[in-house]
Amino acid sequence: MNAPVTSDLGVTNIVIAGLGGQGVLKASDILVDAIFPTGLEVKKSEVHGMSQRGGSVCSDIRFGRQVFSPMVPPGEADYLLVLAPDQVEVNRHLLKPDGVLIAPDSVDINRLPNKKALNVALLGRLSRYLEMIPLDNWRQALQRNFPPDLHAGNEQAFEFGRNS
Amino acid sequence: MNDTQRLLLSGDEAIALGALHSGVQLGAGYPGTPSTEILEYFSELGGNAQWSPNEKVALEVAIGAAFGGGRALATMKHVGLNVAADPLFTAAYTGVSGGLVIISADDPGMASSQNEQDNRHYAVAAGVPMLEPSDSQEAYDFTRAAYELSERFHIPVMLRVTTRVCHSKTAVTPRPPLPPSQPHFTRDIKSRVMIPAYARPAHVKLRAKLKEIEQFNESSPLNVEIRGGSELGIISSGISYMHAREAAPGASFLKLSTTYPLPLQKIAAFARSVKRCVVVEEGDPYLVDAIRAAGVAVEGKPEMYRFGELNVARVRRILAGDTSPEPPKPAGKPPQLCDACPYRLVFQVIRKMDLIVAGDIGCYTLGVLSPFEAMDTCVCMGAAITVGLGLRKVLPPEQARRVISVIGDSTFVHSGITGVVDMAYNRPPTGHVVVILDNYTTAMTGRQEHPGTGRLLNHEPARKLVIEDICRAAGVDRVYVVEPRAGSDEFETRLRECLDSGETAVIVARRPCILLLKDLKKLEITNQPQNQSQAACECSCNQ
Ligand code: SF4
Repeated sequence: MNAPVTSDLGVTNIVIAGLGGQGVLKASDILVDAIFPTGLEVKKSEVHGMSQRGGSVCSDIRFGRQVFSPMVPPGEADYLLVLAPDQVEVNRHLLKPDGVLIAPDSVDINRLPNKKALNVALLGRLSRYLEMIPLDNWRQALQRNFPPDLHAGNEQAFEFGRNS
Repeated sequence: MNDTQRLLLSGDEAIALGALHSGVQLGAGYPGTPSTEILEYFSELGGNAQWSPNEKVALEVAIGAAFGGGRALATMKHVGLNVAADPLFTAAYTGVSGGLVIISADDPGMASSQNEQDNRHYAVAAGVPMLEPSDSQEAYDFTRAAYELSERFHIPVMLRVTTRVCHSKTAVTPRPPLPPSQPHFTRDIKSRVMIPAYARPAHVKLRAKLKEIEQFNESSPLNVEIRGGSELGIISSGISYMHAREAAPGASFLKLSTTYPLPLQKIAAFARSVKRCVVVEEGDPYLVDAIRAAGVAVEGKPEMYRFGELNVARVRRILAGDTSPEPPKPAGKPPQLCDACPYRLVFQVIRKMDLIVAGDIGCYTLGVLSPFEAMDTCVCMGAAITVGLGLRKVLPPEQARRVISVIGDSTFVHSGITGVVDMAYNRPPTGHVVVILDNYTTAMTGRQEHPGTGRLLNHEPARKLVIEDICRAAGVDRVYVVEPRAGSDEFETRLRECLDSGETAVIVARRPCILLLKDLKKLEITNQPQNQSQAACECSCNQ
């Protein structure tokens, strides 16, 4: 029923999911910040409120030449980035059949210098697929979204994810 | 701010910027998801913003500002407009001298609300014009348009947004700001004092104004027609338009932005221009009913799509007339009280004592979930106390004695105070016990200030409302302050004592929200009491 519809407007659909407190919203902020300067139209949508209290959180990011709805239709996500292992199954229906799943086990968590930066490490991993976003955009987006004392750590986490 | 710069803003941020660029002199509101960030961002941008004790107060303050010729903004979520409905309906009669815009942030699908009411009905019921943006650019533009409309017709204007507009980020290109208005009071008793003699003509005047605005809306550039094929025409508004545009790329569209009063001639002309005309809207069948009532034949959506949010997939189904059961969404993990939340202990005790608990709106509503399951009712802000009183008054005495009310500090200020007054005044025969969970903040919506924190919206110091003093002054028999702590049975002992006393009692269980702790240290270091009397007050009240 939910046959993926390839958009002729070249829309890329990304869903970031996890539990409240894991940095889902932060990761999606960084992602849209990295996309925005490319000049492509980008929309990000999320539901928060109760989200800080450990419940499921999900953020949709869509970009392309023209984007209408800010929500990724179920079964049409090109990339699904999940921060909590037990949220993978909950969100799998969002991914299209040939979509890419990026889960915590996509990187070797034990080698991650700071486990709190898992969200950024997985973004690093995602960045390998998103060639239209220059590396410089990512760096600047990271810097804009963290206070200076966290820049180095997050840059490290990003590189770690990008190279794993 | 560079005005030619493209910005990536959430709908809430765009409204705040739109208000700032409209020269708004005062923004007032009560935090409520998804509207909370509007005033926070407005304040960050340098706007004059304040949290009011509740939405009614916020709107009334804003009305006053607009009576004085200023431009004012009142922000709230959909259920907040219920609280502010009283002034809203009469402000439509009185009109305003300056500009007044009221935000209703609706929550279809109830991401964090207790109902999914569709506040478009409020615009119709109160008789205030309404604009509905569908993305951040429109949120910005329509905020400005709303002030223009308000000042042109001297009427409050409602800007109705939904969760997906508030919390989606899309690009915004701002325009040069307007200079602020020059507030000045001009006496106009007949317009502003709604005794029946003045209100009767005011109602007639309002209806005439709305007719005029309807004509104005007929040619408003905000209502856009996008010509595609003539087989299928779609009439839509707000975020539904975005879903529909994607779901049916080949169709023709009438995107309505002025959704009250409706430009019915334009709608009729559009409907005639296509073979099949479908109204795609989220929530109640507001548009379709109004359009049909005007004698225009259009298709609506099947009843099943009245519930929850729309998305592209659901709009495709609506257009296909598909009413087969929708694939069930896998259940996510519900939110829970934080692991170290001070109120876990309170709920453990309440659970253990097997009480009948009238609860309220806040983080602590999560006390309803396992392992506590310690909440039996939750209706609306403030209802914990009053619903508890009602239970106490009708239940047989052995059950009545087990009833308690549980309410948070921010909610207490919002609409719990009058409940406590009622408790002391119309005292139930078995007495009653109210537990106020004071965590020093409005935790649920992201830790906003309120009068009881002693800090303003921007965290600057303010006079502090002392909850226990209010309760004493209301005439409650017993008022205690305890700190719920692991290893201390003080809360439990007090609770039993109060329940056994048969008197009216308030127990303030006071301990900061753990997410606030870090900020609290910072805030308290920078916020020394303003003057002697404030210092003295703090001492005597801090137990
Ligand atoms: S945010 Fe604060 S009040 Fe809410 S559950 Fe967590 S610790 Fe408790």
